Amino acid sequence: MSDIVIDTHNISRVYNPTTIPIYAIRNVHLHIKRGEFTALVGPSGSGKTTLLNLIGGLDKPDEGQIFINGTDITTLSPGKLIDFRLHNIGFVFQSFNLIPVLTARENAEFIMLLQGKSKAERGTRMKQLFNQIDLEDKMDSRPGELSGGQQQRVAVARALASKPQFVLADEPTANLDSKSASNLLDIMDKLNREENITFLFSTHDQRVIDRARRVITLVDGQVATDTNVIDTSAPH
Amino acid sequence: MWLLGLAWKNMWRNKTRTAITMAAIFFAVILSVLTSSLKDGIFDNLIKNVVSFYTGYVQVHKAGYWDEQVLDNGMKYDKSLDSRILAVSQVTGVSPRLETFGLIATDINTKGCMVVGIDPDREDKVTGLKSKVTKGTCIVPGDKKVMLSEGLALRMKAGIGDTVYLIGQGYHGATSAGKFEVKGLVRFGSPELNNQLLYLSLEDARELYSAEDLATSAVISLSNPGNPGLTADALKQQLGNEYEIMSWEAMLPDVKQHIETDSNSMKYIQGILYMLVSFGIFGTLLMMMVERKYELGMLVAIGMKKSRLCALMAIESVLTVLGGCALGILASIPVVYYFNQKPLRLGGEIASIYERFGFEAVFPTSISPDNFISQGIIVMVIGLILSMYPVYKVLTIDPVTSMKR
Repeated sequence: MSDIVIDTHNISRVYNPTTIPIYAIRNVHLHIKRGEFTALVGPSGSGKTTLLNLIGGLDKPDEGQIFINGTDITTLSPGKLIDFRLHNIGFVFQSFNLIPVLTARENAEFIMLLQGKSKAERGTRMKQLFNQIDLEDKMDSRPGELSGGQQQRVAVARALASKPQFVLADEPTANLDSKSASNLLDIMDKLNREENITFLFSTHDQRVIDRARRVITLVDGQVATDTNVIDTSAPH
Repeated sequence: MWLLGLAWKNMWRNKTRTAITMAAIFFAVILSVLTSSLKDGIFDNLIKNVVSFYTGYVQVHKAGYWDEQVLDNGMKYDKSLDSRILAVSQVTGVSPRLETFGLIATDINTKGCMVVGIDPDREDKVTGLKSKVTKGTCIVPGDKKVMLSEGLALRMKAGIGDTVYLIGQGYHGATSAGKFEVKGLVRFGSPELNNQLLYLSLEDARELYSAEDLATSAVISLSNPGNPGLTADALKQQLGNEYEIMSWEAMLPDVKQHIETDSNSMKYIQGILYMLVSFGIFGTLLMMMVERKYELGMLVAIGMKKSRLCALMAIESVLTVLGGCALGILASIPVVYYFNQKPLRLGGEIASIYERFGFEAVFPTSISPDNFISQGIIVMVIGLILSMYPVYKVLTIDPVTSMKR
């Protein structure tokens, strides 16, 4: 298996191509290896969310190719793309987006239901995930009964339930207080270190940037800087 | 199965919205059933008043009688003709009548009236005569007594036991006159009939009008009153050209036209009702799609196939529509039954307009199950067609634009 999980080849996304073209993303060439903990940063309108949407297969580039674990997702049909996302990509959104009528556990295992996993399989995975996000006692609570931080942890569990190739997190701490954000980052950091799960964040949050081990800065839809941070806490 | 469970839970996540949608369907079904039942009830009542209580669904006459309704155009009514009529399938009873116009007189009053000679038992079987007796008792063959309709009795100021005189022209121009005791009073829903009918036995009528073995009409009751034309055709084949066979629709074209006109008006009213219902349901569906736009986009983003999402939305809609329809049908039963037992009664000018058509302005509802089922199905189909909107929206959903705040 290739070490590179995300590989974009000179992708561009242009709005209003026939009138006044606006490049949301311009010639972005990016490799993200398995196990990376990467933050995508930049000012508002720099193209962070657009790039995340392109990598997540939610949007298609006007130019270039995107390979996820060796599969060119720009050539997939919309139906196949949905299926690809289901099995390969985990999403964490800014505003949690849990289904309010389902319990925390039901929300997290929803992806596995879509994948057709057995009850036993789902049970084992949920137990493991809720243990990892430290919410075993809240499995049967509905989203309305959980704090923002707890809801976002459930959203992380949902993203990881399908054992994806990587997790895309769009401003995951934007709606959280400091303590909840720190707690969430601890969990994601732990999952990254212990289970080698690849995370790609788009963020403005300095707390996330401080934890990232690679920081890619976008300016006007182009990669301005791409820095590997020396990780002093990593086990040797 | 989990889709069904999720759909059920989703239905109740916004109880107000679901309640509004179900209420729109619920009231639509009630109004629609009530309108339809009222329409059928009015026409049933009209037909009962005018047709089944007097004219009958089909009549047999000698050819040409209907155009010139005089005794001289009567037919010989014997056992042979009787059994030939009864041999036709769907004919459940036949009542020969000798009908003519005459003068009725008391010591203080004289008035024109419709004299009807009948076999009381057979007439009862065909038009339910005995159930219409409100005072006194029903006449019996050869008792030389008469029954008056209530309106006629009132105008003649005659009551039970009083004597009335009948004067008229008999068969082949013979003069006829007779004295009879009033034995009973009968009431008709149709004011026209209630003001001019006089019954005496067929035997006495034949004697009064010197019309031995004669009948002017044979009134027929049917096993399937819904299609009298079929039986009329069968009778035509059985009896030949010597007789004219007429369904009530041919005898009472005004009534038939009135039913058709009113029926069309009711269809427009129902059409408007269906449109209002459609807008009501569609409004709540629009509201739901706006509320859940972000969530639906998110579900597609995380990998839920659109076909599954469509199924989820369709199940939610079907459950809501079915629930509303079922509750609407259940609630409409007592409403319709109430108006069947206590029909709407119009008065004043409107009532007199109806009376001009020959029936009372009473509007009962029909309690036929067909109305509940058909209207329930119509509203359900409207609801199901409208629930294609969320399905369409899901099919065209774009997760990126849906998840934009």
